[in-house]
Amino acid sequence: MRFGVLRFPGTCDEVDAQLACERVGEAVILWHGDRDLQGVDAIVVPGGFSYGDYLRVGAIARFAPIMESVVQFAREGGPVLGICNGFQVLCEAGLLPGALLPNRTLRFVCRQVDLVVEHADTIFTNACERGERLSIPAKHTTGCWYAPPALHEQVEANGQVLLRYAPGESFNGSLADVAGVRNEAGNVFGLMPHPEHAVDPLTGSTDGLKLFESIANHVGAHVG
Amino acid sequence: MSADALAPHRALGLTDAEYELIVAKLGREPNAVELSMFSLMWSEHCAYKHSKKLLGQLPTEGPYLLLGPGENAGAVDVGDGLAIAFKVESHNHPSAVEPFQGAATGVGGILRDVFAVGARPIAVLDSLRFGELDSARSRYLLEHAVGGIGHYGNSIGVPTIGGELYFEGPYEQNCLVNAMALGLAEHDRLIRSAAAGPGNVLFLFGALTGRDGIGGASVLASAELGEADADKRPTVQIGDPFAEKKLMECSLELLDRELLVSLQDLGAAGLTSSSSEMASKGGLGLDIHVDRVPLREPGMEPFEIMVSESQERMLCVVEPARVNEVLAVCAKWETTATAIGEVTDSGRLRVLSGGDVVGDMPVEALVDDCPLYDLAPEKSSARIYPAPRRRLDSNDPGDALPALLGSWNLADRRPVFEQYDCLVQSRTVRRPDDADAAVLLLPESDGARPAIAVSIDGSGRRVACDPYRGTVEAVLECAANLACVGAEPLGLTNCLNFGNPEKPHIAWQLSESVRGLADACRALEVPVVGGNVSLYNEGPDGPIYPTPVVGMVGRLPDAARAGRLGFAAEGDAIAFAGPFTPSLPGGELAKLRGEALPDGLPEVDVVAVRRAQEAIRAAVRRGELRSAHDVAEGGLAVALAECCLAGGHGAQVDFRGAGTEGEQLLETLFGEGPGGFVLSGPRPVLAALARETQLTFVGEVAGPDDDLAFTLDSGTVLSWPLAELRAARERGLADSFG
Repeated sequence: MRFGVLRFPGTCDEVDAQLACERVGEAVILWHGDRDLQGVDAIVVPGGFSYGDYLRVGAIARFAPIMESVVQFAREGGPVLGICNGFQVLCEAGLLPGALLPNRTLRFVCRQVDLVVEHADTIFTNACERGERLSIPAKHTTGCWYAPPALHEQVEANGQVLLRYAPGESFNGSLADVAGVRNEAGNVFGLMPHPEHAVDPLTGSTDGLKLFESIANHVGAHVG
Repeated sequence: MSADALAPHRALGLTDAEYELIVAKLGREPNAVELSMFSLMWSEHCAYKHSKKLLGQLPTEGPYLLLGPGENAGAVDVGDGLAIAFKVESHNHPSAVEPFQGAATGVGGILRDVFAVGARPIAVLDSLRFGELDSARSRYLLEHAVGGIGHYGNSIGVPTIGGELYFEGPYEQNCLVNAMALGLAEHDRLIRSAAAGPGNVLFLFGALTGRDGIGGASVLASAELGEADADKRPTVQIGDPFAEKKLMECSLELLDRELLVSLQDLGAAGLTSSSSEMASKGGLGLDIHVDRVPLREPGMEPFEIMVSESQERMLCVVEPARVNEVLAVCAKWETTATAIGEVTDSGRLRVLSGGDVVGDMPVEALVDDCPLYDLAPEKSSARIYPAPRRRLDSNDPGDALPALLGSWNLADRRPVFEQYDCLVQSRTVRRPDDADAAVLLLPESDGARPAIAVSIDGSGRRVACDPYRGTVEAVLECAANLACVGAEPLGLTNCLNFGNPEKPHIAWQLSESVRGLADACRALEVPVVGGNVSLYNEGPDGPIYPTPVVGMVGRLPDAARAGRLGFAAEGDAIAFAGPFTPSLPGGELAKLRGEALPDGLPEVDVVAVRRAQEAIRAAVRRGELRSAHDVAEGGLAVALAECCLAGGHGAQVDFRGAGTEGEQLLETLFGEGPGGFVLSGPRPVLAALARETQLTFVGEVAGPDDDLAFTLDSGTVLSWPLAELRAARERGLADSFG
């Protein structure tokens, strides 16, 4: 299978995401100014500081030409994974529920955190067990997930929260310790922690690889 | 005030004699454009006029050296056709005036130095010094300098993987913010800054040029700080990491496509120094049309354009046939690029505006003809620095250990380093607190996974006690940190932060320190690949501690065997290794007890220390040791506590023979000096190591969260619950970050 990893001006973690994808498939970098998704099977919107985080995190990137194609791809059921800034971009694009607010400390924090898998029967977590703990680093200034009460209730009722910070592990103040959330259809998923930085035992844990494996499993079952 | 005192050259920091020399070199009086350019090029910051003669002592040759001093950054060979470029630089005075932007642009500047030689930046480290944290000013400077470093490094996607941070009274007015960057490149991708090929086009690309930072090199960097420095805030530049990120990717793509003849970053003294350095290195001339420079605001004078220190700009030389390709790459990265001049064979730097020549100077006069001064070093007979404030009244070692661990200089650095992304680029094998040095993966090579290690160090207080030995200790400390992760040193960069060298006692500190640096580098056979000098670090209350900061880069063949500092397995033997002779004066405990600095530090047996480091490095590389940690601030007891806290294990340590009370016991537990290591591992492995260096078995690693316990003479046991030590260590800085 082939992943497409987006690159906006100011994106920082696209090469990391590409390397992670290449552990389970092929991966190409897709340029923000293009519209051609080059026939990829899944999209990763990676972390970083697209457009310098100016105006508001993710607010400018979502207007990039490539995002028109990503929105179309998502509407057609294609798997889209947003990591950190990518999560913010997908929220801004209306592909994911809620919004990311500044951390409660108002500071950037880089820390290895434990996440709990809430649902394992999904495109993004099928290589995990329900209730499994994943050790994955998080690093951001604007990662406090928020949704108005009615929306939050709906998201929980639909089982859209796939990853939660383990008790005491959240540093950003996210509502209900939400670390990662999917869309209603289940094919778009965003999370603040960085699974692409947890794929090599030499540089940390390998728990993040399970998310990439899950996508590959899904694509293999549906395309291959 | 006489009219003479208002002479323009004096206001710009030039002496009368220097002015006369400029007139002689030009054969006429300089005009305003020329005078402002000379004042920058002949400033301490650009010309090193008080330090250049001393720096000639430093060894700059070594088997791994690829680029030495004089280029934007030095570089060493790390095998497989790869090079690591690196350099450390100061941004002290801008940070003292405006800490967030000062520190941010310090990071931006050092990153540009690294990608200017064609290397992709892969890591940043910082060396920071502030006054004591019970000062509101120091807390302000700390918070905002750390914020600025994080803001810039995080946004640009380069991990900040290490650093050091100390708080001492003499830095109260004049903080130090030194930033080091490392970059990775293939050998044949390294590019020099020398202009070449008369008729080639000079391109300025990156941010627009504004009025910010005008005179930064001469006004801020080359004079003492005074009372009215708030007025100098406009001379501090504003950083835009997003612009730099695009500039970096653009520069690297231009190099990938082999479109550039040469490349140079714009730092202190802006276009003036970057263009004249390029011309000088190529032995050529440049014509610069300032009216073509894209401006941020209208109506800037030619001299303002030539001296502006606006950030995020680069200069490159391009063959006329490649101009369109260069413009296309710059357009892709949304980076403004403008042909502002041509390479000439005139040997002159000409500044043109509207077709008129507004400045015309021999390049050699600008770059090479600044007079170099001999220092008049003389050791001060008077005490330069007041004794630190007494903060610990007890002489009980039971109190001293938690007090030291909670002291600002030794406390947990997590509240600082957690504000930095240490992971981006997926190379970080050892994060801050995992080991004595940061370890970064190199690209895989035939199945092997080699790595580099890097450490930055320098204790101003110990250099203040003894500039020669204190500097030797800083070099040994860096090398010890590398040894603990299994890395062999390849090269070293340094930033010499000192007071006003025109004062004899500062000149003495500087010359002794450089002598120590040179001797230590020779003894370890590690060349200096480049560096930076920051002088005039003085405030109304006096000079800073003399602070040579040393950054060292090494290589290890197998990243999987990179050493760690934490005790990891119950029952492992603990040993002290190395030629370590602890002494209290000048150390952290002496500081807490409010003791004046001693005059001199004990002699160091550099050969024996090197032998110990090599033995430990080899053992780490064989994968035999479970942990390795060098003994530094706070001595053996603090080193043991750090090993316990990092690994989450207690330890039983036998200190019998050290006395039960008094100074002798304190000296054994808390005395400092180079050459000591705390190791843990299987007993037979450590026993074998005893054949190569001094080694004493002292105890055993205890269970998870067991106490740290010292057995003293007559069976007395001193013990601390790990939780108590952890809480003390965590409180130290956390309190200051609110």
